[in-house]
Amino acid sequence: MDFALLISILAATIRAGTSLLYATIGEIYTERAGVLNLGIEGMMLMGAVTGFATAYHSGNALLGVVVAFMAGAGMGLIHAFLSITLRADQVVSGLALTIFGVGLSSFLGQRLGPGGGALVGLQGPHFSRIPIPGLSELPLIGDPLFNQDLLTYAIYFFVPLATFYLYRTRPGLNLRAIGEAPRAADAMGVNVTRLRYLYTMLGGALAGLGGAHLSLAYTPGWTENITGGRGWIAVALVIFSLWNPARAVLGVLLFGGINAIQFRMQAVGTTIPPQFLNLLPYLLTIIVMIAVTGYEKLSRSVGAPAALGQPYHREERGL
Amino acid sequence: MEHQLRRETPLVEMQGVSKRFPGVLANQNVDLVLFPGEIHALLGENGAGKSTLMNILAGLYHPDEGTIRWRGKGVELDSPRAAFEVGIGMVHQHFMLVQPLTVAENVTLGLNDGRMILDLEAVAERIQLLGRRYKLRVDPNRPVWQLSVGEQQRVEILKLLYRDVELLILDEPTAVLTPQEAEELGETLRQMTAEGKAVVLITHKLDEVMRFSDRVTVLRDGRVASVVETSQTTKAELAHEMVGREVLFRLEREEVQTGSLILSLRNVHALNKKGLPALQGVSLDIRRGEILGIAGVAGNGQQSLAEVITGLRTVSEGQIWVGATEVTNQPPLTAIEAGVSYIPADRMGTGAVGTLSVADNLMMKSYRRPPLSNGQLLSFDAIRGYARYLMESFRIAAPSPETPVRLLSGGNLQKVILARELDAEHSLLIAAYPSRGLDVGATEMVRRHLLAQRRAGKAILLISEELDELLTLSDRIAVLYEGRIMGIFPAAEANIETLGLMMAGEAIGNQIDSLVKSNQQN
Amino acid sequence: MRLILEKRLDIDPRRTLAIRALALVLALVAGAILLLSVGVNPFATYWAMLVGALGDKSALGQTLLKAIPLMLTGLAVSVAFRMRFWNIGAEGQFAMGVFATSLVALFGPPALPWLPQALWLPLMMMASIVAGALWGLIPAALKAYRDVNEIIITLMLNYIAIGWLEYLFYGPWKNPEGFGFPGSAPFPPYTWLPMVAPDQLPRVHWGLIFALLATLILWFVMSRTRWGYEIRLLGENPNAARYAGISIVRNTLLIMVVSGGLAGLAGMVEIAGIAHRLQQGIMLGYGFTGIIVAWLARLNPWGVIGVAFALAVLLVGGNQIQISMGLPAAVALVLQGLLFFFVLGGDVFTQYRLRVVEEGKELA
Repeated sequence: MDFALLISILAATIRAGTSLLYATIGEIYTERAGVLNLGIEGMMLMGAVTGFATAYHSGNALLGVVVAFMAGAGMGLIHAFLSITLRADQVVSGLALTIFGVGLSSFLGQRLGPGGGALVGLQGPHFSRIPIPGLSELPLIGDPLFNQDLLTYAIYFFVPLATFYLYRTRPGLNLRAIGEAPRAADAMGVNVTRLRYLYTMLGGALAGLGGAHLSLAYTPGWTENITGGRGWIAVALVIFSLWNPARAVLGVLLFGGINAIQFRMQAVGTTIPPQFLNLLPYLLTIIVMIAVTGYEKLSRSVGAPAALGQPYHREERGL
Repeated sequence: MEHQLRRETPLVEMQGVSKRFPGVLANQNVDLVLFPGEIHALLGENGAGKSTLMNILAGLYHPDEGTIRWRGKGVELDSPRAAFEVGIGMVHQHFMLVQPLTVAENVTLGLNDGRMILDLEAVAERIQLLGRRYKLRVDPNRPVWQLSVGEQQRVEILKLLYRDVELLILDEPTAVLTPQEAEELGETLRQMTAEGKAVVLITHKLDEVMRFSDRVTVLRDGRVASVVETSQTTKAELAHEMVGREVLFRLEREEVQTGSLILSLRNVHALNKKGLPALQGVSLDIRRGEILGIAGVAGNGQQSLAEVITGLRTVSEGQIWVGATEVTNQPPLTAIEAGVSYIPADRMGTGAVGTLSVADNLMMKSYRRPPLSNGQLLSFDAIRGYARYLMESFRIAAPSPETPVRLLSGGNLQKVILARELDAEHSLLIAAYPSRGLDVGATEMVRRHLLAQRRAGKAILLISEELDELLTLSDRIAVLYEGRIMGIFPAAEANIETLGLMMAGEAIGNQIDSLVKSNQQN
Repeated sequence: MRLILEKRLDIDPRRTLAIRALALVLALVAGAILLLSVGVNPFATYWAMLVGALGDKSALGQTLLKAIPLMLTGLAVSVAFRMRFWNIGAEGQFAMGVFATSLVALFGPPALPWLPQALWLPLMMMASIVAGALWGLIPAALKAYRDVNEIIITLMLNYIAIGWLEYLFYGPWKNPEGFGFPGSAPFPPYTWLPMVAPDQLPRVHWGLIFALLATLILWFVMSRTRWGYEIRLLGENPNAARYAGISIVRNTLLIMVVSGGLAGLAGMVEIAGIAHRLQQGIMLGYGFTGIIVAWLARLNPWGVIGVAFALAVLLVGGNQIQISMGLPAAVALVLQGLLFFFVLGGDVFTQYRLRVVEEGKELA
């Protein structure tokens, strides 16, 4: 076994996976609240373009992250307003959001440059890799884990925090309840509408953050469709991780790892077609879904939130 | 007792409360006063506006008009949280529980103790404490979906006690309980009122009102019909207030010669949705011109019984015959073609499609054959004509055959279902709770139709929770308890006490044994 | 005072139309604000789009060309949605249609050279329909027999189908004479879908006829036959349908055969009508847009035709302003997004009305 190869794969996976992980955890929260958001791709793009533009003009990459976060939240607000207040279908609203985000990000990319010009090809401030003294020199895991950028380090803290929040805190309990049984949660005094707004916006904001990691760290700079379908992968990852932030790490390592392995394999020159490997995670997701659905014990504990995709209105009365 | 109540400040005063839903005026200018320490029954037929009124008090609905006072002070209950905060909580008919969460998580959900981090152990401890005090035993660490219906109800009540509510509203709590469990619930409630809490019991059962309550408010058509002390009234009086006229129907129940065997079940077993036994070895026969009544507390296999015959539920063991056709584990169409008509309990959920027109609903069983269709082609003229004919012969009050049935009243909806099922060619009629929630006129109409069916030589399986209805209509009565038939005996020999005992699963007594034996000899 | 939404008892088609029109106007206004903010004349832009999409024969042809796949995927999705089967997988079924068409067109003629050339097009059509249907049957069977969520499965199958196509044109099907570009060899010309009227409507191929025929058939089946009635019952209330003796399993499978088949056919007309080879860029998201088309058309087949055409006008017009106004094509996508937002958001008022509630007057 070639350890150097494995380690380089791990390092690449972690770097590539950061944006995915932010978006995935965001969508986990949104879906846990009962709102399906298929607009992540558009949100990530908006985060990427606004984040880069802000960083470029202000010279401050951190400010770019903040703006990307808010841009994503703004996109989330549109989805929330349409699907929660105006009761539009969540699938359709999410798809429309993706189209809008792809269009607007591309448009902004051609207008937010200096003098109303294009952003493409510009270089701006970005997050570079900061090796952590001592830790980064650890054998094997040192380089992949502790020679990364700030946003990647942040996610080391964010994942356990997000998991703890969901399962061990009061707001986390409320969140799990509104996606499972909004009516019951409402009857217990949980403000379903407000929380669904909150988590839809938070999901959007985290997707925006993920986008910003692309344009400010992973591949610094703006190019059209910089996300390359990562938003859609995040949707799949949410299902693969069965709506659990900790398991999302596993999913990202798998999805991202397969990607990284491909490049290395091409370099080594194996005979397995890399595109086959690409399909593997999706196939796995399908198998996981089938397995989970088959058993009540599983579907109750790790299955999809029961009210996912269903609007909730208190005074609606069955006639 | 009454005088004591009067002197205290009322806990709740609702004044001039009105609430309308699209097309329905659910509450109209309702006044209601509740005192601490009383069990107050809110009595009325289904649709009288009881649940709506209490949902307003629980903060779930907004009243369109009217004011609410709590201990003399005006309050705005604009959310369930606001209601909890003043001290009002409600156990809804459809439980408000989050199935995958544990009992403790459900109980603490929505509470704000000022701490971010959950301390489920402390919650569990307090639940056990409350459980001991009020005889509401339940394991706090089990997920709710694993609990029985009775246990889930206990969780609902614990949720309220955990919040120290002073007014508990229970919506039809005994519908899912055996008479014995209901009695235990009564004790729990009395324990609460002894501590000064008030309880509102929403019900349409007169027995419960007389047994449990201190005072009664009767609602009729969304208005208050009367308010009385329970000790000062009688069942007859309350019934009169509830329905607005004397409840007196004399139904002609002639002698009918029973004919050939139509329905036959042999040792039928079936599982419910959770994979638990719903039917455990049911055997019964019904002949032409005979009504077999099924008595039992809701949830003891009645639904499954109707469903295995109609092909809607699979049978794990045993056989079912309709006439000469074996329908065991056959698709629903086989049962329909074998001559089974079915009036389901869940009218809007199963028996009709709310968004579709009256005509579309009326053709559900007969669209496969001419004249309504020709091969695959539907004939719209014939469909409209058929709908008109049925609307006329069953006196269905609807503006036109094109009206969506969700706009019809409960009685007219049931007429649509009756018309369709009775007009379809059939030898067996299964009627599940056919008069549930209907007003007196519609109830009478339904019962007359059932007797007419009997006269016409149909075999009828009548499932009902109204013992009066069963005793009036049936030729024989079978009691279902936990999916088993506790006994089948002629209705003429049955009395409510024996039935009640058997419904509670006590079939050990000698007299019942002898009843069962005498029935077997028949 | 509070505003609440209250369900309307009736749904008036005229009101629906008026609300749609208002949503369109508002979307255009929002778009105009956006254009103004970047210093572009919105009226000139809209006019340029209109002219670009409908101004002359070639423009109209271009627009119709774009509308064809949207019509077919829109129909595909609407059929499944009628039964409340949430087929998000038209994209994947489209891809499998593309795959089957390419398979037949690339490898059929060399393998069976004695077969009359005229047979290949019908064979490609059948292959695409079968492939789309089979791909659609996977989530249908999982749903019918195991109750697995179809949204998730159809979504995953999209990725797999698209990935499969990529594998083919990057890998084994890559044209050795293609100068390294990812894409297959071109199909033989007799497997190209003929044009309807090359002189009047340049480039518009027979897919248009298929789409219109499919619409007519679907409309007839859905509104005039027993099966259409059964699907309606199943969609509105599956419990009641089962009770009426209608098989959910059978119809779930059937509806997805139809839905997947239509999406597969959309893939066929796209590749046999335009690209004439399997290459990158064949998957333009028509399957996803089809969902929006179906929804905006309220699942009505004739509505699908109208909405698909309107969207095509927007898309083609958007491409044209790139040339005529020097504006990025993305403007069209933004306008499309805005339009969806307003129409979707406005739809609530066709079924609900706003009611003002006065309250709290007498509260102490």
